[in-house]
Amino acid sequence: MDSVVLRTATRYLLPLLLLFSVFALLRGHNEPGGGFVGGLVAATAFALYAVGYGVAAARQLLQTSPRRLIGIGLLVAASSGLIGMAWGDPFLTARWDTREIPVVGKLGTPLLFDIGVYLVVIGVALTIIFALIEAEEEA
Amino acid sequence: MSIFLLLPVLVPFLTAVVTMLFWHERLIQRRVNVVGGIAFFVAALGLLALVWRDGIQATQIGNWPAPFGITLVADLFSAIMVVMAGLMGLVVAVYSLGSIDERREAFGYYPLLHTLLMGVSGAFLTGDMFNLYVWFEVMLIASFVLMALGGQRDQLEGALKYVTINLLSSALFLTSVGILYSVTGTLNMADLAHQISSGAVDSGLATVLAMMFLVAFGIKAGLFPLFFWLPASYHTPPIAITALFSGLLTKVGVYALVRVFTLIFVQDVDYTHTLLMVIAGLTMVTGVLGAVAQTEVRRLLSFHIISQIGYLLMGLGLFTELALTGVIVFMVHVIIAKSALFLVSGIVRQVAGSYDLKQLGGLYRTNAGLAALFFLPALALAGLPPFSGFWAKLTLVRAGLETEEYAIVAVSLVVSVLTLFSMTKIWAEAFWKDRPGQDEAFQPLLSPQRIALLGPVIVLAALTVILGLGAEPLIDLGTEAAAQLLNPSEYIQAVLGDVA
Amino acid sequence: MEVILAIVIGALYAAGLYMMMRRSFVKLVIGLSLLGYASSLLIFTVNGVTRGQPPLVQEGMTQPVEPFADPLPQALILTAIVIGFGVQAFALVLFKRTYQSANTDDLDGIKSTEESGKVRSPEMT
Repeated sequence: MDSVVLRTATRYLLPLLLLFSVFALLRGHNEPGGGFVGGLVAATAFALYAVGYGVAAARQLLQTSPRRLIGIGLLVAASSGLIGMAWGDPFLTARWDTREIPVVGKLGTPLLFDIGVYLVVIGVALTIIFALIEAEEEA
Repeated sequence: MSIFLLLPVLVPFLTAVVTMLFWHERLIQRRVNVVGGIAFFVAALGLLALVWRDGIQATQIGNWPAPFGITLVADLFSAIMVVMAGLMGLVVAVYSLGSIDERREAFGYYPLLHTLLMGVSGAFLTGDMFNLYVWFEVMLIASFVLMALGGQRDQLEGALKYVTINLLSSALFLTSVGILYSVTGTLNMADLAHQISSGAVDSGLATVLAMMFLVAFGIKAGLFPLFFWLPASYHTPPIAITALFSGLLTKVGVYALVRVFTLIFVQDVDYTHTLLMVIAGLTMVTGVLGAVAQTEVRRLLSFHIISQIGYLLMGLGLFTELALTGVIVFMVHVIIAKSALFLVSGIVRQVAGSYDLKQLGGLYRTNAGLAALFFLPALALAGLPPFSGFWAKLTLVRAGLETEEYAIVAVSLVVSVLTLFSMTKIWAEAFWKDRPGQDEAFQPLLSPQRIALLGPVIVLAALTVILGLGAEPLIDLGTEAAAQLLNPSEYIQAVLGDVA
Repeated sequence: MEVILAIVIGALYAAGLYMMMRRSFVKLVIGLSLLGYASSLLIFTVNGVTRGQPPLVQEGMTQPVEPFADPLPQALILTAIVIGFGVQAFALVLFKRTYQSANTDDLDGIKSTEESGKVRSPEMT
């Protein structure tokens, strides 16, 4: 699709959407939001870019393949479960740092798990969206 | 020591993730696949050793106390099943190196294979009904894709039937879980067992639920009369996948049946377990009769999967310690022997170019070693001494005679003879008779492929002999596991701590 | 409320099974998804419909005020919906590919895997 309006809008929306996705990710533990929603918002940002500028450009912007994001996300999520085991607790037991950080709140393994979910959701959504747009471009 | 309970799930998970990260690097995927297979098998053996030494193990995921959180439990039966999954995973991972084409490898064969293994061992280890549903789905989604991967017309048609029937069964399973929760207010298996045995649930209602689970799991296990999807789909994917499916997927269904009908639904044994026994007999007979009519090796063996499921169910129906020992020994035996036969038939296809008995022949003269590799598991499957199947069937038959269920014993013996007959048929047609149309020469196996294909089959064939000649440790292990199955209080205590 | 939901659930199961027994691929997929919805709604309904009582713990208390809605069925349904979504997406693609390769959307037209004479083999390298 070749639209100046969409391209210009995307240039301004992309950073906003990504920032909002991180915001949703961070507030997710106690309030509406979380890794799943944040990941979807981030995926929308890249999908918008792919529609405006083409999949090749969007892939370049992403720097890595969506499939790799899925893999890394799964590893991050699994590692969040393993951290608690170092203290002899069962798998996926949450560990919290006691210090409070502005905006983010307390740091803990559930946040790490959410980051994993965030990456997996971006990866899955973009794998599907890129494949669909590419099929369209070829046809 | 909760790490040992976790590793059989975590190792295939990590293998799947790492193979996915190296999506375009085929060689790395192949190596990680083998390393992951070995690690999974070792982890499974570690779990079995731990459970053998220290009794039933349980861990509460996320430190949420049972029955509110998700529990992973391993009693001996679970641990044995996980070891079998590990063995099959390793064997198929190696065999795949020599038999899966590059296109399938490029489209994620190895990640899918290990995701499937993760789902299988998750299903064996979970102590929660809904979690069991989730693991079933993990396993099924991976198996759907493995079955369709490659996209030949047969595969797609087979996969369509397989997917449809399995989705129907999943919907039924989910429905049963929902009603079970509304009746008992819990989904933790140990808590369910405690509630139903303590009479908190109306026994008639419990029996209705038991029947719903019987149908849901029965479809997955391939019981009479719900097995028609199996011979219509199992022969369509590459043989390594067929062998893995035949070794593990239907057995997960049987595992679930054994679990719920020994732990949870034991309130009306006269009704439920008699019904199980009737179904067992019909499953055996229809399976073996279906096999007799086939001339395509993979379809013939697919029908045999069904008749073997009948034996497993017979032991569950008899419901004595000896019978359950028989179930466990038979399970180990049939997973090994059946997969060995499928994998040998793959080599036969490689060498002689066909799965069709009418076009095969003369392999004994040129490939005596291959003939022997078929001969051993075939005799084991028919239940002849001194192979593994003999002890398994002997235990079941003895259990049947002790409880004076002569009808089912007679059926199982007749079916054994018919099994022997159809094994003889493969032997005579593929190996013994002269080859029709002598013009094309047999394809020799090339060296790296040779090891990948023959190695796993030799290991499995050797195991059928070893477990036959030295059956005692396996039978001891089975007896111990059966005793645990018949005494649910140990299981309940391991999960819930001291109750009532 | 429960009575209405019960009738809806029954209708969904009936419609799902009816659609599955038609011979067309498309109707089969629709039937499968209807069955999935029926079981989700069933889980929701049999565990009791509670109105306006979220299971939230008030400030200064250790447990929510009785009576409150059981949150577990909703968690189960959410999981089942996500799984069902993935499986149905896969089924749609599979059915489309089968339609393209078999050139029919009639379930009776795909019997080649059940007749023993016609079995073809996937290639091995």
